[in-house]
Amino acid sequence: MPSALSIRQLTKTYRNGFEALKGIDLDVEPGDFFALLGPNGAGKSTTISIVASLVNKSGGSVSIFGHDLDRDIHAAKRCLGLVPQEFNFNVFEPVEEIVVNQAGYYGIPRREAWKRAEKYLVELGLWDKRKGMARMLSGGMKRRLMIARALVHEPRLLILDEPTAGVDIEIRRSMWSFLRELNREGCTIILTTHYLEEAESLCRHIGIIDQGRIIENTTMKGLLSKLTTETFILDLSEPLMHLPDLPHHRLRWVDELTLEADVDRDTSLNQLFLDLNRQGIQVRSMRNKSNRLEELFMHMVNGSRNP
Amino acid sequence: MNAHAQWIAFKTIVLKEILRFSRIWIQTILPPMITTSLYFIIFGGLIGGRIGEMEGIRYMDFIVPGLIMMAVITNAYSNVVSSFYSSKFQRHLEEMLVSPVPNYLIILGFVGGGVARGLAVGAGVTLVSMFFSPLTIHDPLVAGTVVLLTAVLFSLAGLINGVFARSFDDISIVPTFVLTPLTYLGGVFYSITLLPPFWQDVSLLNPILYMINAFRYGFIGLSDMGLALSYGIILGFVLVLFMTALYLLDRGVGIRN
Repeated sequence: MPSALSIRQLTKTYRNGFEALKGIDLDVEPGDFFALLGPNGAGKSTTISIVASLVNKSGGSVSIFGHDLDRDIHAAKRCLGLVPQEFNFNVFEPVEEIVVNQAGYYGIPRREAWKRAEKYLVELGLWDKRKGMARMLSGGMKRRLMIARALVHEPRLLILDEPTAGVDIEIRRSMWSFLRELNREGCTIILTTHYLEEAESLCRHIGIIDQGRIIENTTMKGLLSKLTTETFILDLSEPLMHLPDLPHHRLRWVDELTLEADVDRDTSLNQLFLDLNRQGIQVRSMRNKSNRLEELFMHMVNGSRNP
Repeated sequence: MNAHAQWIAFKTIVLKEILRFSRIWIQTILPPMITTSLYFIIFGGLIGGRIGEMEGIRYMDFIVPGLIMMAVITNAYSNVVSSFYSSKFQRHLEEMLVSPVPNYLIILGFVGGGVARGLAVGAGVTLVSMFFSPLTIHDPLVAGTVVLLTAVLFSLAGLINGVFARSFDDISIVPTFVLTPLTYLGGVFYSITLLPPFWQDVSLLNPILYMINAFRYGFIGLSDMGLALSYGIILGFVLVLFMTALYLLDRGVGIRN
């Protein structure tokens, strides 16, 4: 079975000479939930825009489920649904018409288009708003409208470019469960996001792009296994006047009720608590200092810039 | 896309365009009808009575076809240029660009919307004209085909303007400085036989002159120009503008980076 998305030596140089992509190779397998991460300006949106035929590439090739964009663009487009980063619908059109019209552009008969619009507007909690103009929707609703629109032709590959940006936690969680279900039903999903816990929670594979190059492309588990040390914040039950000396751990004193502890991957947390207990230090609660993926991400991006 | 799917896509774009201008009919349909009514009252009724006849025809009857055509031209053009530019500006043109709709269908869809608005306004102006002049159509086939082809032509021109436009100023420059003068000088209010020979020759360079005269022939059987030449010019422009629009969209000019 061909890859859901196959990119070979993709380059893009803008007219002002800026080299946004410097020869990207990427494969996303059918059924995958793939995170494409990278700092702002790394080339994520340019890559997505080229895949969606919104930006002309300078070189290389792209194929979607085996359909090459240069030779079989219409078949490639039929396989793809896009949820872009910025709102790109007519805000003066009723919500339901935006979805139904999108189906029409794919040649779906009007009656069938209405049925599908109903299905996705209901699933995404927009059915009550279907008659209203799109400009009346909140930010979160507008994002969900773009998802409904992208799904109405039932694509095999869905690309979401920061779909939860500016969305509150409750809606973000409901969008996560919707996307998980969609993926379970067989839709391949590529997601870009700046919320790394979102990528960690949803995605099985991950690609990191920086300065127009893919610097990492692996499984989420494989990537997280590269994390050698995790930093925990320990909230103490009683004030501590000085930093305890623990032989197996690196501790930092944050304030009298808070410590930071670096724990190596091959050291158990039990050992840490045992050592703290020996010193009479009681821990009330603990948490990760930052998301595990975030630590790795920062490490890799910094590493690629300062090799 | 097979032929049936393409037909659905085409209908979708045209319907979307028709709904767009229908929703704002107070801005799109009503003003040209009011403006043209004023032309009928002032030029046809008040001043026309003193002018007398033009080419042996009552002045009011002479200007009716020209005013209908002027409304069609202006509205077909402005509908497409504003709709296409807005969809670029608000980026909802991307809805079509990511889909498998071929570029020629995008062009035909927008043109369909422009033609619909041009003809809707033209029909409205024709209704208003009946209060001032009895409706007689000398050759319905000529009147129908000329008005339709002219609406297509100016819809295509509006689309090309929309492709190149980078600001809202750019979509008003051509209508203000090119389209309106050419229409006014295209024989809406006079026969070019009234002009000195030099200006008659200059007028022949104005393509709108041929459209208005061909339409006037279809309406009242009177024309300064040969009918075959008029059809040839209109069809020639339609072909050239369509190929230009297709080339621009295929290259992604103004719509793809």
